[in-house]
Amino acid sequence: MGNGKYGSVKSHSDPGPGDGGKTGLWRVLRPVIDLEKCIPAKTDKMACFNCWVYCPDGVITKTIQPVIDYEYCKGCGICAEECPAKAITMIEESDFKNEGE
Amino acid sequence: MHIIETGNVAAATGVKLARAQVVAAYPITPQTPLTEKLSEFVESGKMEAQYIPVESEHSALSVCIAAASTGARAFTATSSNGLLYMSEQVHWAAGARLPIVMCVANRAVGAPWNIWNDQQDSISQRDAGWIQMYASDHQHIIDKVIQAFYLAEKMKIPVMVCYDGYLLSHTYMPFEIPDEAMVDSFLPPFSPDYALDPGDPQNLNTVTLPDVRENIHGDLAPGYMEIRRSLHEDMRCAIVELGEIDKKYYEIFGRGGSPYVEAYKCDDASFIAVCLGSLSYHLRDVVDALRVEGIKMGVSGIQIYRPFPDQALVDVLKSAKGVIVLEKAISYGNQGALFADVKAALYPVKERPFVHNYILGLGGREIKTIDLYNALKDSCTASEAKVDTPRWIGLKL
Repeated sequence: MGNGKYGSVKSHSDPGPGDGGKTGLWRVLRPVIDLEKCIPAKTDKMACFNCWVYCPDGVITKTIQPVIDYEYCKGCGICAEECPAKAITMIEESDFKNEGE
Repeated sequence: MHIIETGNVAAATGVKLARAQVVAAYPITPQTPLTEKLSEFVESGKMEAQYIPVESEHSALSVCIAAASTGARAFTATSSNGLLYMSEQVHWAAGARLPIVMCVANRAVGAPWNIWNDQQDSISQRDAGWIQMYASDHQHIIDKVIQAFYLAEKMKIPVMVCYDGYLLSHTYMPFEIPDEAMVDSFLPPFSPDYALDPGDPQNLNTVTLPDVRENIHGDLAPGYMEIRRSLHEDMRCAIVELGEIDKKYYEIFGRGGSPYVEAYKCDDASFIAVCLGSLSYHLRDVVDALRVEGIKMGVSGIQIYRPFPDQALVDVLKSAKGVIVLEKAISYGNQGALFADVKAALYPVKERPFVHNYILGLGGREIKTIDLYNALKDSCTASEAKVDTPRWIGLKL
């Protein structure tokens, strides 16, 4: 980019995590998974994963236990809404900041 | 080969000779016969292109944006409200740096409903980031369409080729059709820097935040403001590049020599009329009539409106006593847009000519030669006062 050729300064980029910036910074509410309630975590089975299916940013892993990548999670809350076990709670980011995190 | 045909056919023939690969357009008066002709060319096998029928102008330009992103040479055409319906995509195509060519058969914008000629449609898109060329006759139309593809692909900036609805789009006039092999030698196939490819995926024009940030490789990527400044800087360079393209065209086809301003009897002129489109040829009769009476009049037809050819225009106008800007459009609440641009270009000149502004021909109101004659004569003889308020020709109040 920026080599002086016409049209070289434009919005073209290789896709990959972080191409949109560290979007986790946008988050106001943080989804936190209660592993006691989470179906795959609780049953130790590759089951449910509604959070993984519905996450619009693809930042939840399809693993036992599901892990949320807070570097890119924008905190939309869809996972908490879709979790059939109500295992995901949206918690104020400021609560974590107050803890010095 | 010389033929006698309409301006719309001249445009369609230019698009065919330029070997556009994708045509997507929605018919609107007075552009309709152009799209019909292109569809006929494709259907009969005379033109190897995909003709994609769409349900609106917004979709027409969206198709061209997608096609150009895959590396295809894309063309669309519209008029008036159709241009405004695609306006969102007009801006997008420029920001995305896609070399689409679009013909605009200039027509008044509603309300009230009106299908006749003025230039408010394309002038209203002045700041969208497109190059705008204006044709004065059919030869201009076909030559400019071919040059537009070259310029667009060189600059990675879309180009509008504007011509007056009816006055040019529907009238018959003789013009030369450039030889196909010669057009091929002038205009190489489109080779984009990047074309959409599943094997080499790219993010195009994604959310770009106010500040710059690193891409996934850790390199600083340009932000919105850097991208937009680059569009402006490249647009300014298009003036120089157009000059080169005009030279190359002249060498091959023997036509050209005035890529910025077509000046008629301006060399010794004390007064010079300035305008866009076919009006500049209409005014030549008036210039001749005034010269018979001893008034040294000239007329300059501006060939490219964005980027604005300020230096070339100043070179033509700087020795004149008076400049008269005639426009088929107005920036409501201010004055003619071209008038403001001409004044801005002349500002650095020490001994500035006075500049008058006339608005005329809106919604197809007949432009009578006698009215032009009277207006120009009045500006040349009666008043040298710098009047910033536009005067109107042909009003019936």
